[in-house]
Amino acid sequence: MRNVLTIIRRELGATFTSPVAYVFLVIFLALSGFFTFMIGGFFLRNEADLSSFFFWFPWLFILLVPAVGMRQWAEERRQGTLELLFTMPVSIPEAVLGKFLAGWIFLGIALVLTCPIVFTVCYLGSPDPGPIATGYTGCFLLAGAYLAISGMTSAFTRNQIVSFITSTVLCLLLVLIGFPPVTNLLLKWGAPAWTLDLSADLSVFYHFTGMQRGVFDLRDIVYFLSLTAFALFVTGSVLKNRRA
Amino acid sequence: MIEASNVRKNFGARTVVGGVSFSVGKGEVLGFLGPNGAGKSTTMRMITGFLPLSAGKITIGGYDIEENPVEAKQLFGYLPENAPAYQDMTVAGFLDFSASIRRLSGKKKADAIARAVKLCHLENVLQQTIDTLSKGYRHRVGFAQAILHDPPVLILDEPTDGLDPNQKHEMRELIREMSRTKAIIVSTHILEEVEAICTRVIIIDRGKLVFNGTPRELQEKAPYGHRLRLTVCASDDAPVRAMLEKLPQVRKAELLGKQEKTVSLAVYPAGSEKDFVSAVKKALDEHKWEFCELYLEHGRLDEVFRSLTTSDAVEGKEGAA
Repeated sequence: MRNVLTIIRRELGATFTSPVAYVFLVIFLALSGFFTFMIGGFFLRNEADLSSFFFWFPWLFILLVPAVGMRQWAEERRQGTLELLFTMPVSIPEAVLGKFLAGWIFLGIALVLTCPIVFTVCYLGSPDPGPIATGYTGCFLLAGAYLAISGMTSAFTRNQIVSFITSTVLCLLLVLIGFPPVTNLLLKWGAPAWTLDLSADLSVFYHFTGMQRGVFDLRDIVYFLSLTAFALFVTGSVLKNRRA
Repeated sequence: MIEASNVRKNFGARTVVGGVSFSVGKGEVLGFLGPNGAGKSTTMRMITGFLPLSAGKITIGGYDIEENPVEAKQLFGYLPENAPAYQDMTVAGFLDFSASIRRLSGKKKADAIARAVKLCHLENVLQQTIDTLSKGYRHRVGFAQAILHDPPVLILDEPTDGLDPNQKHEMRELIREMSRTKAIIVSTHILEEVEAICTRVIIIDRGKLVFNGTPRELQEKAPYGHRLRLTVCASDDAPVRAMLEKLPQVRKAELLGKQEKTVSLAVYPAGSEKDFVSAVKKALDEHKWEFCELYLEHGRLDEVFRSLTTSDAVEGKEGAA
């Protein structure tokens, strides 16, 4: 456990000493504001809630989270520090967990920095705190799942661009399989009902929508956590078998 | 401290290391030699647990590197080839991380870092990020990281690569000093280094062990090992050679070159070299031959190296996937 903390500290230190972190934060905040106010029609809705804010996260994160996760292992491979790290007394699960948690904490910080939007709705009206809490929880869990997936693609390659594109596509797939226009299309093609249910169940979109509306369902949380755990497990196995 | 038995590594169908065994004890400096692509780095990566073994067994201080990797890794310091380090960290930050991950904390950690910084002369660059350092400094940072926790085993992959002659000398002094209390493996293809620091040498070629012995034994394998170079003031070589070849200690005297008033000869000992030199000198004195040059040539390591190994041009590069 101490090793995990050491790795988290190193990763966070490295993140905040590089300009990437600040560029990310600025773009993230600017984009989330833009989507909420300009496209989501925050004011037009005339309702004191954050659904026009949360709605965009599955899409926004598709681009931004892989940008955080893509370097995790690819950079270590390219610099040769993977050899250094794995010849230090660290187990692979510790290293995987440490790197993941560091990235997750960073994304958590990014989410916390969106708090002015909460103050705004509180100032304009009296929103129901429930959906805000579940919405943020959903965003955080979603970020974790995407991050674990980008970490997984990062473990396969020494090229950050390859890692970025692959994880973006994977995350996009996870959203699309439950996205109504896609499921409707499947329905039109006459796909059996159970495949529709299955694809919706597997979709990030479906589980996130529930949380965004303020529904606190244990199944959604289990879904996100198990998706994350699965991706981390694959990351560990890849690193174990493809070290050089 | 380090035991390797019958270690093999295949990358797909290609065998990079094919059954290498050796052991290194405390107080020994094992020189690990071989041409580029012979499997040196691959073997080191297996010893340090970075690459899994295809077959065989490696233990460090009794811990199997595959079964108890964390315990085994606690016992060694490793300087990988090209001394990789986190480029965007400062030297101080990097050493702090390396110490923490080796489970050092508090005063112990501070002392360990101070000691390593002093030994590697890093005082002036502590707050610089690693990507701004020169190659020599980067290597020393890598070395500092390896000796930080004062491990009983040191594994150094080409530790003097890219250093200037002064730094090389210093690095060798450092290794020699540490060898008293540690078991050390050093890979290199610089042969003078072997003479300078190693107590034992192994040479691998195409993944096979082709030599395992002391640097002295390696020298003796030289084709021109321990011949006597002799320049005598004489106009003709024949009488000198005839006289020398009559001696029981001399196997053969060979003409190397003729100058205006002198001849150069190479004299080979018959069997043992014991009193070979003095016998030759005595014979020369008795016959009143004046000589202006007389010295014993030692075997040249690069000649032995060339005779034991083959060029890697055919085999391709070392297995980094």
